[in-house]
Amino acid sequence: MTNQAFVTIKNAAKSYGNLEVLKDINLTVERGQIVAIIGPSGSGKSTLLRAINELDPLTSGEVWLEDVQINKKLPFRQYEAHVNQVRQDIGMVFQHFNLFPHLTVRGNITLAPRMLKGLSEADANKLAEEQLAKVGLSEKIDEYPSRLSGGQKQRVAIARALAMKPKVMLFDEATSALDPELVEEVNQVMKQLAEEHMTMIIVTHEMDFAASVCDRVLFMDQGVVVEEGPPSVIFQNPKEERTRNFLRKHLSR
Amino acid sequence: MGLDFSVVPDYFGVLAMGAGWTIAITICAGLLSFFGGIVFAVIALYGHWALRLPVRAFAFLFMGTPLLLQLFLIYFGLIQIGIDLPAFVAGVIGLGLHFAVYNSELIQASILAVDKGQYEGARTLGLSRGQTLRRIVIPQAVRAVIPPMGNNMIALLKDSALVSVIGVMELTLAAQQAISRTYRPFEFYLAAAFCYYIVNLALEAGLRHLERRIAASR
Ligand SMILES: Nc1ncnc2c1ncn2[C@@H]1O[C@H](COP(=O)(O)OP(=O)(O)OP(=O)(O)O)[C@@H](O)[C@H]1O
Ligand SMILES: [Mg+2]
Repeated sequence: MTNQAFVTIKNAAKSYGNLEVLKDINLTVERGQIVAIIGPSGSGKSTLLRAINELDPLTSGEVWLEDVQINKKLPFRQYEAHVNQVRQDIGMVFQHFNLFPHLTVRGNITLAPRMLKGLSEADANKLAEEQLAKVGLSEKIDEYPSRLSGGQKQRVAIARALAMKPKVMLFDEATSALDPELVEEVNQVMKQLAEEHMTMIIVTHEMDFAASVCDRVLFMDQGVVVEEGPPSVIFQNPKEERTRNFLRKHLSR
Repeated sequence: MGLDFSVVPDYFGVLAMGAGWTIAITICAGLLSFFGGIVFAVIALYGHWALRLPVRAFAFLFMGTPLLLQLFLIYFGLIQIGIDLPAFVAGVIGLGLHFAVYNSELIQASILAVDKGQYEGARTLGLSRGQTLRRIVIPQAVRAVIPPMGNNMIALLKDSALVSVIGVMELTLAAQQAISRTYRPFEFYLAAAFCYYIVNLALEAGLRHLERRIAASR
């Protein structure tokens, strides 16, 4: 089980015009590992995360999930079919939830399993109930998203992603848009996933959370991984000056 | 000659029949304008140019020329090339397509206004472009556009009077028929106006009900 490359990023580079946003990034995430990506605003954290599921394709380099290359160069139709397939294995949670407002919580969770995996209505309902129980929102199954708090919305978004039984979960600042008192309930759900050994890549500004949950921390700045290591090293004994400067600002708050 | 409304009740059946046809044509043309509007909007935004260009030309034609002329063209013009449509069908097609073009403009703007996060949320789950459009984007765009589209439907109801010119026995033509027998234009046009007003009230109530029902899902 361990020491098995699960998500592999090789020589990843990305530019918008002349702006190099990612520069030769290499990253290997093992099965069950939890990796935090930290770094200042604009350092390329989201871009890297979104490259993993082809939301923002790389300019060059490779992304692999187990033995499948995600960013394969293919003719348009084949490429579309390919990414639609691999994305089913990659759950993503966004800062702004991106729940579908016209569907109930149940509809949000069951839509993709029903459409893409051909689940029957009964099976999909059961799945929705299971996933909602997991995030502690069973009683909200028939509500519309507009009736939920931010923390509840994010938990539903996590349940929606989990309903696809993904192999890896990507979180892009899942708690940044939340009122401070709602952050903890979402963190709790993520901790629970960690205990279940879900493979996770988490972009976050919450250093305490990264320190307590993650196996590895990557510090990014200006499109490169400046330093990486276990949280004990990165947070208490970083080698790089840039990491120390960043942490001084963020830990002293 | 003073006003004498006592003749109106004698023609109650004629007017009611006319109102029935007006309602029927409004519903049929309304549905055509709704679904046609969605189809035109999707073609305008995402269609292949071979489809997009004719649709744009067609939209230009329907927005830039009088509805009355369009009705004549569909009913009297098409016969010449062998397409002999019943007046009701010609009326529904004319009104429906005319308003489909206007609805399409609204829906296009509304599709473009759907948050980028909605596409990302759907595509991330593995939905294709088409699935995302059908299940996520268009339902939201349509919900957002119901209030202004409701105004188009009310305009459609009123413009349905125009199909009297191709002989559909709707409310306006029914009133004219009653007038030709009684020589009481003021009374019957007023009675017809009253009928339109009632149907309009019902339509507005329906639209408000719809808006309330979808309020939570927006
Ligand atoms: N679509 C785009 N076009 C041009 N530049 C972009 C685009 N998306 C991102 N960028 C640029 O890429 C750089 C990295 O952006 P990214 O969103 O990955 O940063 P981040 O580390 O996630 O920052 P934050 O902490 O603020 O979310 C920034 O300089 C940003 O302006
Ligand atoms: Mg970001």
